[in-house]
Amino acid sequence: MGQIDQYIPLAGQSVIDDLKLLGERLKGKVIQHINSTPVGGGVAEILNRMVPLLRELGVDTRWDVIKGGEQFFAVTKKFHNALHGRAEEITPRDFEVFMETSRQNIENLDTYGDIVFVHDPQPIALVRKRAANKWLWRCHVDVSNPDESVWGFLMSFIAQYDSAVFSAPSFSRKLPIRQFLISPSIDPLSDKNKELPQEMIDSVLKKYDIKKDKPIITQISRFDRLKDPVGVIETYLLVKKYINCRLILAGGAAEDDPEGFKVLEEARARAKNDPDIHILLLPQNDLEINALQRGSDIIVQKSLKEGFGLTVAEALWKVKPVVASNVGGIPLQIKHKYSGLLCHSIQGASFAIKQLLGSPEYAKKLGENGREHIKNNFLITRHLRDYMLLFLSLYYPEDVVHLC
Amino acid sequence: MPELIKAKEPFRFCTRLHLSELTGLRATTLGQLLALIKEVPGSSIYHHTHRFLQQHQYLSPEPPNDFAYWLTGILGEDELGERLASIDTIQYSTIRDLREKIASTIESYLGENPLAEMKFASAGEEFHFIKSVSFILPTNYVARDLNEFAEILKKITIDSIYFHIFEARLRLEKPTNDFSFWIENSLGDGKLAEIISSFDPYTSTLEDLRKKIIRIIERRISQ
Repeated sequence: MGQIDQYIPLAGQSVIDDLKLLGERLKGKVIQHINSTPVGGGVAEILNRMVPLLRELGVDTRWDVIKGGEQFFAVTKKFHNALHGRAEEITPRDFEVFMETSRQNIENLDTYGDIVFVHDPQPIALVRKRAANKWLWRCHVDVSNPDESVWGFLMSFIAQYDSAVFSAPSFSRKLPIRQFLISPSIDPLSDKNKELPQEMIDSVLKKYDIKKDKPIITQISRFDRLKDPVGVIETYLLVKKYINCRLILAGGAAEDDPEGFKVLEEARARAKNDPDIHILLLPQNDLEINALQRGSDIIVQKSLKEGFGLTVAEALWKVKPVVASNVGGIPLQIKHKYSGLLCHSIQGASFAIKQLLGSPEYAKKLGENGREHIKNNFLITRHLRDYMLLFLSLYYPEDVVHLC
Repeated sequence: MPELIKAKEPFRFCTRLHLSELTGLRATTLGQLLALIKEVPGSSIYHHTHRFLQQHQYLSPEPPNDFAYWLTGILGEDELGERLASIDTIQYSTIRDLREKIASTIESYLGENPLAEMKFASAGEEFHFIKSVSFILPTNYVARDLNEFAEILKKITIDSIYFHIFEARLRLEKPTNDFSFWIENSLGDGKLAEIISSFDPYTSTLEDLRKKIIRIIERRISQ
């Protein structure tokens, strides 16, 4: 049995049949994904699962990574923050650093794909190399309120692509090229999301010395200011006044994120050796992340900005009640009071957590509804279908495409 | 059981897969919504009035159309939301007609309630116009008589049923749904064709619609 057929029990035979039909339509085309890191962060995680599945569906898919030094990634991190609307001082030198590395990548990276699929701003300038092939730009960032100088700089590249892809309708704006809405997804069969035996969950909690003697609230995220780990600690402290509980803050650091260790230190400083706060810097260990999510009572995602927030989908898939900020793609995953609780502040988040801890039946129902919603809209099978349709759209400009 | 009539032309099932295209157009007030409803492409009106159908089957709390949802949930215009949600979509044979009905419903409400134009959606809660891009692909399923037709209906995706019932009629402006057309013209069974075309597919889930069509065909086969 091929890997793709393992999704039949979850998605249904006919959905997989449709994917195979689409795969046949893309035979002979080479799809080349390009991003900035092979590990860490949501983009690399999705590509790691998606590339082999697309190949199995008969779509010749490859994946290349640009090169960049510390300076380049410090600048792209600033860009990232500025696109999310955070005040950043961007100097002319920053744009020069970006262009210097981009020029090296333009020179050294072969853009051989019939369709070149560029992810996020770091490799965006490669489009200067475009020939007769098709180019797609995939924006994984929340650009609903971007710093205009950075957005304007990127626009000079975006306009050279054939189409752009965004994760939420609120990220779209008038563009001179076609733009599509494609939400990211989770893979229900990956180490991060597959079912785990209880013993494994218990052993991971034990490994990190986390007792199950009181409710566990968890945020899984990179140590990044936009994920607001310090705000999560403040939230926990407000809850703790009334309900004895534990907090887990766990996450890794992406290669293209130089700020991570500073943020980790800030979180440690705010935790002040509280024995009920567990701050875990985990290397890329999906099974342990899975176990921590499953071992928790409530999952929090208190981001200030969010490209999509796949950790919400991961938690809902595990039938966990979730309290999350009403930002980026999170409201697409949570319908307030139906499949989770949305919040806008530390006070709001702590109130929601107290509500859920005080009403376990309600919390359970939210988790169940959440899983159903993720099953129908945010699994990798839907994502594969959307990407294949996106590739086909490059060859058909009309609104109704007959492939008969 | 009498021998089944073989079709003059076999029925090839197609499937319809859709991709959401962003227009970058957004409305903050009822007036802006109305102006954009009049000017966006038909594929956007289609998206916002039909997107729910494929989600509805899962009993999610989605309301019948996006305009009604936004007006009720964000602008607090419950009465107008109800008027839009209860538009009898099946009566309209083209997107053009449906668009006109939606626009005139809003216009007449605004005439009665001019203050409704003063309400604003807050930042982040604007109405975003999206279009549906449809890809129609033939599947490997082909029916030559009613028996084969019913068997295939049991296993085909709901996207296929959706295509032959909704999209073919409203978006491609065919006079009836594809199933009824084939049953009448290739099998010569006008009565069965009429029963199927008289269903209001907008008031049931796609799974229920599938069961209903299979039931009526199986009853016909056994007669």
